[in-house]
Amino acid sequence: MTAPSLGGIPSLLRFITCGSVDNGKSTLLGRLLYDTGALPDDQLEALTRDSRRLHDDAPTALDFSLLTDGLDAERQQGITIDVAYRYFQTARRSFIVADCPGHEQYTRNMATGASHAEAAVVLVDARKGLLPQTRRHTYLCALLGIRQIVLVVNKMDLVGHGEGVFAGIAQAYRELAQSLGFGDVKALPVVALTGENVSHRSERMGWFQGPTLLEWLETAPSASGQAGEFRMPVQWVNRIDSSTRGYAGTLCGGSVAAGDDIVVQPAMKRARVQRIVTADGDLARAWAGQAVTLVLDRELDISRGDVLADAANPAPVSDQFAAHIVWMGDEALLPNRTYWLKVGTRTVNARVTAIKHKVDVDTGAELAARRLELNDVGYGNIDLDHPMPFEAYRDNRDLGGFILIDRQTHATVGCGMLDFALRRAGNLHWQHLDLDKDARSVTKGQRSRCLWFTGLSGAGKSTVANLVERRLHALGYHTYVLDGDNLRHGLNKDLGFTDEARVENVRRVAEVAHLMVDAGLIVLVCVISPFASERRFARELFDEDEFVEVFVDTPLEECERRDPKGLYRKARAGDIRNFTGIDSPYESPGSPEIHLLAGGRRAEQLAEDVVAYLIEGQGIR
Amino acid sequence: MPAFSRLDALEAESIYIFRETLAAFRRPVMLYSIGKDSSVLLHLLRKACFPARPAMPLLHVDTTWKFREMIAFRDDIAAAGDVELRVHTNEEGVRQGISPLTHGSVVHTDVMKTQGLKQALEKYGFDAAVGGARRDEEKSRAKERVFSFRNAQHRWDPKSQRPELWSNFNTHIYKGESVRVFPLSNWTEMDVWQYIRRESIPVVPLYFAKSRPVVERDGALIMVDDERFVLREGEQVQMRKVRFRTLGCYPLTGAIPSEADTLDKLIDEMSASRSSERQGRVIDHDGEASMERRKQEGYF
Repeated sequence: MTAPSLGGIPSLLRFITCGSVDNGKSTLLGRLLYDTGALPDDQLEALTRDSRRLHDDAPTALDFSLLTDGLDAERQQGITIDVAYRYFQTARRSFIVADCPGHEQYTRNMATGASHAEAAVVLVDARKGLLPQTRRHTYLCALLGIRQIVLVVNKMDLVGHGEGVFAGIAQAYRELAQSLGFGDVKALPVVALTGENVSHRSERMGWFQGPTLLEWLETAPSASGQAGEFRMPVQWVNRIDSSTRGYAGTLCGGSVAAGDDIVVQPAMKRARVQRIVTADGDLARAWAGQAVTLVLDRELDISRGDVLADAANPAPVSDQFAAHIVWMGDEALLPNRTYWLKVGTRTVNARVTAIKHKVDVDTGAELAARRLELNDVGYGNIDLDHPMPFEAYRDNRDLGGFILIDRQTHATVGCGMLDFALRRAGNLHWQHLDLDKDARSVTKGQRSRCLWFTGLSGAGKSTVANLVERRLHALGYHTYVLDGDNLRHGLNKDLGFTDEARVENVRRVAEVAHLMVDAGLIVLVCVISPFASERRFARELFDEDEFVEVFVDTPLEECERRDPKGLYRKARAGDIRNFTGIDSPYESPGSPEIHLLAGGRRAEQLAEDVVAYLIEGQGIR
Repeated sequence: MPAFSRLDALEAESIYIFRETLAAFRRPVMLYSIGKDSSVLLHLLRKACFPARPAMPLLHVDTTWKFREMIAFRDDIAAAGDVELRVHTNEEGVRQGISPLTHGSVVHTDVMKTQGLKQALEKYGFDAAVGGARRDEEKSRAKERVFSFRNAQHRWDPKSQRPELWSNFNTHIYKGESVRVFPLSNWTEMDVWQYIRRESIPVVPLYFAKSRPVVERDGALIMVDDERFVLREGEQVQMRKVRFRTLGCYPLTGAIPSEADTLDKLIDEMSASRSSERQGRVIDHDGEASMERRKQEGYF
């Protein structure tokens, strides 16, 4: 949370610990809490009791790892499965530690923890030296923009406190860290169990000149969000008095003073700051990290998600980016599927249009990928439905870090770091045309529509659509049928039937339908379109009332009995893969405009229902 | 460039969280439990909305067993006039005569607090409930999210919590679902007291040492706050100089012997203290991992 939460406060350091339980990470953390007096007596008592119960072999030793493995489920499995936050302080500084598990879900959890950290403590076992996971941890720290890193070589007692062993590991790690963009990295020889070189100097490692881990943490420089130009995402619109609005938010870059000229982005409207209101009185100047309410000298249409910026140095605005993505969803990221993307206080629709590669976080190798699975890290292009102000993540975490949200489940399925804007957005312009959709449809004596027939293969979509078109044509309407199968002979002949291909198939059909509606036609689209997400994408291309979802709801058994193209038979025999209803899911529409219960009714009756809905219900003439 | 203190940073973070809640939810509410954390929360809510009045109502789930001084303090807060305070009591529980003295802490807390809270959230259709829980309070809270998702049955599922990156919170929910919001997540008990001192925030006088009537019961000092408290055989009411570190239902809240009758002394005492805050809470000791279980059932 660089800016809103930190804003460059020297007395608070947020850091992350990475390493596995086997490296003694929980022990190290427990040790820090214990040695700084963050452990109250009753917790210590519980610890002593639990240590004795779980370790009959060593009844007097304290198992510090028990302090930090919080949830019931974890304690039973003996592993940490989620990021935990701990607090301790010394006379010089307060600390918030994001404790990240080393095993399961490591990428997801480490990304989460690292997003809250300015510094990282990377732990290795002196007996084992650097492991693939060491590289993974360091890579993820670099990816999430951590600049301060310290290597803790633990369990030095088990290698005889040997200087040579330590020096070898330290040197190897320096090279690794430098290859990932870190400068000179400090390494510390430590025995977490006894606290040697954690909180006090080790007598048995007199060859080491220090500092201790605590000293390093107390003096590590903390990030400052106060450099850079003024930026403030508008969070909430407040009332100053009956006639004045205030724009509440937390500065995430630079500073602003009363009298400064600012610009509202992305609309690029200019204004001047009149007052900086806080409950502790008006400020002459506000800095990154401060939560304030700005009053401007003129009335503008400003809402949540807009960014207020220095008028002379506004943020770049774009709708296409290259970005790193960390995938956290159980379901894979599919290119061209629409997700919500949230950056700052703004939420927009976004698609990953191309995955350039995914990264093997253990080796750094770039691999080809068509989708991203849980815990994958990838690099690709992102397309937004609206341009937005942003900063490269390396310059500003708050305007460059985004989360991706599944529009159906509302789960947070990914996060990402904006790298740079793709030029296309700036160079491609929308050519203005004098005639519009209304003009074109009026000459046809109708209102244009998109009828979207969805349903299983063999449900009767094309049959019904064909009848509807004939009927409309006879009544003098101008129509066209876009049939999924037919399009696969031409426009979509490069696409198969994987989930990725289905998403792209529907996207293209929807875009073509959109053009035809713009041309003034009544378009009947027949595609299985099994995923709610893509049907929603299609719907959102159109104006309200323009999109009519027709769910041709024929039971699977009936479709399979009809099997007009012999496809179900082949799918059952295993000759066709990814067949909807058999080994690929169909997500039924929740509230279609027209729900055709097609089981026992003739296609002519179903078609009449659709025509009646259009002509009587919607008045398309 | 000015240097901001730790308290400045925590304050700004909490205001940010309050404003996200105000902007993103239809019917947010602040749970007001009258304790020190609630006092700080209310102060931060006022700051977040300034100069407008607090833009969400306060809800107190009254178990009918709070200290009398707490209720008086609550009524003073309501009388200030800038906040809308709603009080809810589980009337069904009252009819059944649920009491911490006869039914024990587990049943009492479940019926009067957990069920009472659920009733109130449903009655008013609140979709975001802001609470004062902190991650440093208890082990299972160390992993709690700032925006903690609850399903339509108000249940907390540790496995379905959303990852939270930066200060970029996912506030999307469906109708019927809700979130619990914790603006004080990153505060420690010491931060709370130091902030109370810095901002001169009023708190219930029970936090300060004073001679009070107490009995020793099950290893705790319980204050005899009204006539409903029935003495067991051999118990004697004695006047002791005590104070409370946390406040809840009086028969379930242990006092600590203390001389700290001012804020400064209290903070000094805390700096030297080696016992944890929730130690005085009787309910926390009912079995290992009891907090985690209660959270899954919908307790705050």
